[in-house]
Amino acid sequence: MILSEIQKLLQAVLISESSASNLDIKFAKASDLMSDVLAFSEPFIDRNTVLITGLTNKQVVRTCEIAGVAAIIFVRGKKPSAETIDLAKQCEIPLMATNLKMFEACGILYTNGILGPTPSG
Amino acid sequence: MDSLRTGTKSESLLKQEFNITGGDFVNAGESSIKIRNTLRDIGIDSDIIRRIAIAAYEAEMNVVMYAERGIMRIDVYRDKILLAIDDKGPGIQDLDLAMQPGYSTATEEMREMGFGAGMGLPNIKKNADTFKITSEVGKGTKLEIRILLDGKND
Repeated sequence: MILSEIQKLLQAVLISESSASNLDIKFAKASDLMSDVLAFSEPFIDRNTVLITGLTNKQVVRTCEIAGVAAIIFVRGKKPSAETIDLAKQCEIPLMATNLKMFEACGILYTNGILGPTPSG
Repeated sequence: MDSLRTGTKSESLLKQEFNITGGDFVNAGESSIKIRNTLRDIGIDSDIIRRIAIAAYEAEMNVVMYAERGIMRIDVYRDKILLAIDDKGPGIQDLDLAMQPGYSTATEEMREMGFGAGMGLPNIKKNADTFKITSEVGKGTKLEIRILLDGKND
């Protein structure tokens, strides 16, 4: 599923685009703990993964850059700061925001065929 | 990889050193990104880079969150990469406890950054082939990890 389809499903606004916007997204992970995002990072899978999170600081972008996560979806109506957006542009990580809660966003993506990144997680 | 193939096993092929400032949440992670970019430039296997970058980032965040200052060094050899972080700070009272997933002494500010969940040291260990940590209360903590390259970069 490409990001614009995800955007539509989650009634999200695109905050920052990048050349990665046409990436094929197959997986999602949802967390407000960046250490957990790193701890459960999967090689070769993260590049087709979006992170669903309620955290909006720069470290979220850094974490995705380090783990190789393709894109970030902010939930609960949270909007990132200008410096978070700037960093995401530099790293070419697309950002979008939805008013949905994390649970709802996960449920919608899951019922539309997006999976957790590992059989166990 | 040509540059790596020409070196002998005991010779350091690339050395880099970064200063990390305690409490500097704004720039936290930049040194780890630089390390990742350098390893990418010299053609290291992408899974190895991911493991080093994750370990470096967690270690860098630990210095930012808990220490006054620290130095992170990376040394690339023909057959391994060494990552060492040496900080000046409060040290760790109980290393066994600190190694337990979920154990944390983080403040609210650290948790708001998405860190301090007690996964840092276990996560560094998980990504390393060898892991060594020593700490002196009131002085600081030394962490050294090694990731083996043999067979993965050829």
